[in-house]
Amino acid sequence: MSKERIKISEDLYDIMPSDYQDLVKSATYGKEDRGWKDIGNSKELIEQHSLCAGCPESMAFRYILASLPNPEDTVMVGSTGCTSLVFPMVAVHNIHSLFGNQNAIASGLKRALSVRFPGRTKDVVVLAGDGATVDIGLDMTLQAWFRQEKFTTICFDNELYANTGGQESGLMQKGFVAKMAPVGKLFDKVRLPEIARESGCHYVVQCTVSKPSLIEKVVRNAVMISREIGPTYLQLYTPCILEIGKNSMEGLQEMRDSEKPTERFAYKEFISEPAKELLAELAAKDKEKKAAAKQLAAQGA
Amino acid sequence: MGIYLPNPGEAHINGVIVPEEKAYEEAAKQFLMAKVPTLFPGPLVLWDWNEKAAKKATAIRHLYNTLKECVQPGQTPMLIPMPDYRPKYPKINPEVEINPNHPNLTIWHNKIDCCMFIGVHCHQANLSLKIIRGGTSCYTIAMCAQAGHEDAMLSFRDASVEKIMKLAEWVRKLKGTVQPRLTSAKSGASN
Repeated sequence: MSKERIKISEDLYDIMPSDYQDLVKSATYGKEDRGWKDIGNSKELIEQHSLCAGCPESMAFRYILASLPNPEDTVMVGSTGCTSLVFPMVAVHNIHSLFGNQNAIASGLKRALSVRFPGRTKDVVVLAGDGATVDIGLDMTLQAWFRQEKFTTICFDNELYANTGGQESGLMQKGFVAKMAPVGKLFDKVRLPEIARESGCHYVVQCTVSKPSLIEKVVRNAVMISREIGPTYLQLYTPCILEIGKNSMEGLQEMRDSEKPTERFAYKEFISEPAKELLAELAAKDKEKKAAAKQLAAQGA
Repeated sequence: MGIYLPNPGEAHINGVIVPEEKAYEEAAKQFLMAKVPTLFPGPLVLWDWNEKAAKKATAIRHLYNTLKECVQPGQTPMLIPMPDYRPKYPKINPEVEINPNHPNLTIWHNKIDCCMFIGVHCHQANLSLKIIRGGTSCYTIAMCAQAGHEDAMLSFRDASVEKIMKLAEWVRKLKGTVQPRLTSAKSGASN
């Protein structure tokens, strides 16, 4: 689908709610170098959301949606959890899957899109919580990676089941006591980034969402690599401020504290050799394009 | 058993199959009787995704303008879009849109007592029509581009630009001949 097809009928334009008019007028569909810096300058692909005030997940959503390289041709697959409350307000095609089934749905979807639109780039991005990715859906997650399915999996890791009151999840840190897990976690946080690497993911990153420029970079890399080579995985720390006893203003600091080199969300990145080559190729092309633009500007001046 | 959908050239009124001409007359009457006759255009006509959609949008605007010209003082025709089908959280604004997952909110808020769906995908129209029928006393009309809707009180099938224009003609034809329900205590939509 190109941006030209996202057009409101002229005779009914005036009755369309303003959020749809804004999407057509000033959203960044079709913009090649879209990124987090568009936030504030253009219509975001997320309308108001129903997450808690100050929830880092809402920041993550905004950065990811601003960074998808091809939103008009992207389908996102969600699962049960806090993220599923946001998807109705997202202006990117999306599917809500059965809890844990997201990577299986995405596998079929990606294959079907390749058959239905052979000449067109269609991206599939899974976005689910840690319960869906690591506990209930671990089978589907791993099997998709083993099969080298070409899509990106993003896990919003808040280290517990947040919207059901705080039950223990596989990604919860050892010893943590949650409201619905009073004994405390008895075993270590599942090392999914390492498992992802060993399962065939070509690009794996673990980080927090405290830095929008970093999120933009890793989302773009993940989508581009999954488009050309194979599965990619991003594990983003989006703490549930309610469940860890923080105030709404403290989410950002919590992420900053947790990403220090000795902490559990220290930046972690694995890139396969073919993915490294692709990223180098893309960087060279980008450099060429920038040089050409600079030259053109100089000539114009 | 149950309601049969009309064959081409036919429509149904309260489940009874009638010639299409009869349905135009009844739909026009219902619009002219209503205090708040409303058109609900859906995504198939709100978005200019092909030439036909744009032409239907023009025809809908014509029907709305005709309604405005033909009603009497105290009647307030409305044109409210159904831009998409996703449930809206925390809430929709019922003044400016209708959503198939809770269409009753828009009906109640605007006191709509007669409405017509057009350009809404059939499965979403069915959902909306059921909720409206179950939760309000609004008269429902479907201008369906496929085989019609058993859940509407009156349903056309094979909607086209010509059919929308013809309905507008009928509204004009019956102008001044129908008594609006302005004073009836039971006239408005209710829950």
